Amino acid sequence: MAMFQMAMSSSSARVRPGQIVAVALIAAFLVFFLLIPVASVIVTAFRDKATGAFTLVNFVDFAQTDLFVRSFWNSVYVSSMSVVVASIFALPLAYYTTRFEFRGAAIVQTLGIIPLIMPPFAGAVAMQLLFGRNGTVNLLLDQYFGFKVPFMEGLNGVIFVQSIHYFPFILINLSAALRNIDRSMEESAQNLGSSGLRLFRRIVFPLAMPGYVAGASLVFIKVFDDLATPLLLNVNQMLAPQAYLRITSVGINDPMGYVISVVLIVASLIAMWLSVLAMRGKDYATTQRGGGGLAKREMRPGDAIPAYIMIALILALVLAPHIGLFLMSIATVWSFSPLPDAFTLKHYATVIFDSGQYIWNTVLYASLAAGIDIVIGVAIAYLVLRTKVIGAKWLDYTAMAALAVPGVVLGIGFLRSYYGVILPGGQSLATYWVMIVLALAVRRLPYALRACTAALQQVSQSLEEAAENLGAGKRRTIQRVVVPLMTGGIVAGFVTSFATAAVELSATIMLVQSTSDAPLAYGLYVYMQSPAGRGAGAALGMIAVLIVGICTYLSHHIAEKDRARKAGTST
Amino acid sequence: MNMQSTLNPQVHDPRVLGAGSRAAGIRVEGVNLSYGTTHVLKDVNLTIRPGEFFAFLGPSGCGKTTLLRLIAGFNVAQTGQVLIGDTDVSTLPPWKRDVGMVFQSYALWPHMSVRKNVAFGLEERKIPRAEIEARVDAALELVGLKHLADRKPSQLSGGQQQRVALARTVVIRPRVLLLDEPLSNLDAKLRVQMRRELLELQRELQLTTIFVTHDQEEANTICDRIAVMHDGVIQQVGAPMELYDRPANLFVANFLGTVNIVEGEVKGAGPSSAFVIAGGGGTVPIPAGRDVPGGARLVFRPQNAAIAEPGSAAAAGRTRLNGTVVYREFLGGTIRYGVKLGATEVTIDMPHQAGETVLETGSPAAIDLSAEKALYLAH
Repeated sequence: MAMFQMAMSSSSARVRPGQIVAVALIAAFLVFFLLIPVASVIVTAFRDKATGAFTLVNFVDFAQTDLFVRSFWNSVYVSSMSVVVASIFALPLAYYTTRFEFRGAAIVQTLGIIPLIMPPFAGAVAMQLLFGRNGTVNLLLDQYFGFKVPFMEGLNGVIFVQSIHYFPFILINLSAALRNIDRSMEESAQNLGSSGLRLFRRIVFPLAMPGYVAGASLVFIKVFDDLATPLLLNVNQMLAPQAYLRITSVGINDPMGYVISVVLIVASLIAMWLSVLAMRGKDYATTQRGGGGLAKREMRPGDAIPAYIMIALILALVLAPHIGLFLMSIATVWSFSPLPDAFTLKHYATVIFDSGQYIWNTVLYASLAAGIDIVIGVAIAYLVLRTKVIGAKWLDYTAMAALAVPGVVLGIGFLRSYYGVILPGGQSLATYWVMIVLALAVRRLPYALRACTAALQQVSQSLEEAAENLGAGKRRTIQRVVVPLMTGGIVAGFVTSFATAAVELSATIMLVQSTSDAPLAYGLYVYMQSPAGRGAGAALGMIAVLIVGICTYLSHHIAEKDRARKAGTST
Repeated sequence: MNMQSTLNPQVHDPRVLGAGSRAAGIRVEGVNLSYGTTHVLKDVNLTIRPGEFFAFLGPSGCGKTTLLRLIAGFNVAQTGQVLIGDTDVSTLPPWKRDVGMVFQSYALWPHMSVRKNVAFGLEERKIPRAEIEARVDAALELVGLKHLADRKPSQLSGGQQQRVALARTVVIRPRVLLLDEPLSNLDAKLRVQMRRELLELQRELQLTTIFVTHDQEEANTICDRIAVMHDGVIQQVGAPMELYDRPANLFVANFLGTVNIVEGEVKGAGPSSAFVIAGGGGTVPIPAGRDVPGGARLVFRPQNAAIAEPGSAAAAGRTRLNGTVVYREFLGGTIRYGVKLGATEVTIDMPHQAGETVLETGSPAAIDLSAEKALYLAH
């Protein structure tokens, strides 16, 4: 913020025509592909189906239909329980790896993030085979102990899969918060007579609370909005699947899909608002001038052994989807047995030779979407931080608002707004493949925008002024000084957008018309519908994991290298 | 500056905050401490008297903070022990030592109000609620912050945060008070005010206090005795003036103020012995009975010598040396001359009076050195 104000006050630049054109173009993009679709969803929800007049009758219908009320409470229950279970996974991992001399802390932290780099629904089927009623674990339990645990029955399955997939959000945020607690915070408490669990309860945990709340609210929203996982697990009595089913089976004019969409948006907004409320005025980062840095304690052997065992178990559990998916992708038949009967590579051949278009489409869509995101991201960042164009701040707010729009809602909005627009070839605009790219671009824009803003904030304005002083115009300065210095941040933003767009299903599932236009996530969904297609689906899933994994590594690597480079050249 | 928030030792209520009776002496015996292969504290031995205001003074990295943290229990020594009162506390964890420490960063907990911060140590000691209230009020009154009790630390200025940290520590009636660079995060003016108030508070509470600093002025102005540390070794322990006037070695002489160290050799023996400055800078007679170690250098402060009228006779008890002015700096109250004396350049301070003539760079200078005040140090 201080930096922002400094940039504003010292900037002598007057508004230029090019800047106004840029604002207008970005505004048009946001209006057409974010505001109009979302507004059309909201408007339709409040409109009488027959007359088009304003009405609340659709919401009354929603509240009086048992199925929807039950779906609503199921969604709330599943999201809350996912937060609880994800916390149980994340707390020990975060606490032990940050506050203790823990051997393998880096490995634990890395492995802990792996679940994120997999489309959650890809793991869902693998989890059925490992934890389902007749899955590996229950078969073994039944054989040796004579009982089964309903891990994957109904809502349990959704909670289980979602908490494994999203717990890294809590792990990352909580670890960062724990790392930010200066050792003097604990030492002063010890000096005044506090120790052990009391010290943790009174000092460490309250200080880490904002980080925990940030992670937990993110998990809640993600689970609440997710469409693909419940769909794949055949759990339909939740809000997102209901919205999808209403639109695809009853029709695009049925108001209930829109009502549910409004409920989803409102729930997201409330969860975000609550987390902002909980964190207001609580910037507890306490590593400070004169502080002692991070305190890492030694563990006594008596404490260390249970800790290591617990962490190994958690890691085995959260990596189970990957292991299961891998086994599935190389299994001939795997049913009613702890392990597959035999192994084969033919699923990979099937996928690559018969369904190569899924992979190609994914790479195409995700890279186009990520490209759009960084162009818009850099432009908005520059307009906000370096110019006085009116409306730049609003572009920023609007782009960030996409965070509160669930994928399924955006997909419905696209259909609602553009289904009636017919292209020259006779195809509807809403189902043209470019719309998938645009939907992905809107969904991932907030991440790219934040990455670009952070990158630009680190470029000192005096570097630009020096270029202008030596005769470079605004455009040349951006081209030769600003963008090269932002490269690391831009690339990281691109890769993040790319990797997450590559496994997105919620919005695209609404827009895909033919399999020839479908991305990998959709293909996976199609394969997984039939038992015969599961092997190939798993192989496709492994390819998705690989793509996302490599991208994540690259973005991390580039960000690190960029930081090292900058550290060497500037203060 | 907020004049409401000053320490008020006069409002100190001994019934609530206690006084004197718990002040304990500290003994550090044969302490060696290493981090890996780095030997941070080397055979440290030290005795601090009950109620004394004591300073660890030294450049950064000298081990002074490590020694302080050892006393608080945050560091563990490989050998030796720490005694507080007559108890060996070497094996006690920090929370059982009853040693109050004020951290350089203040380390106020941001999630608790000022009142909760101050009450923390008392709550940990399971003191009855009513007594906690009374003692917290008294402690906040003492540091002049009672009106801010319900604020969060982030809403306070740096100086106020420091007072809260101080209140939080003294409220538990510690047997020893440790202050880790307490003034380093304050601005210059507040620093001078705060150090006077700290001294008043310490006198009023009669707390044995250790003050870690790298600033000799801070240590000189408020401490009864100072341990000068360098390279993990205690170089010298003594009262501030004693250290300045009779440094035990060249490090202490150099660290405490400006000093001239002149190369040369001792000629002759007994009453006729003299120090011959290298490079033909002159000869200084060595007073009878003065201890001169082998390989010693001549050491004197800028004010131990004076610029004299060339050609005049040396003042009584002074030795005339002849050199050349190489620079002149006007410092306000004094004029500092750099004078080339044989192979060495020395610094001479002269009081400045309006209208007095000054020497130009390059002109010859006559120096009268008080041989009585000069020292001879080998290392």
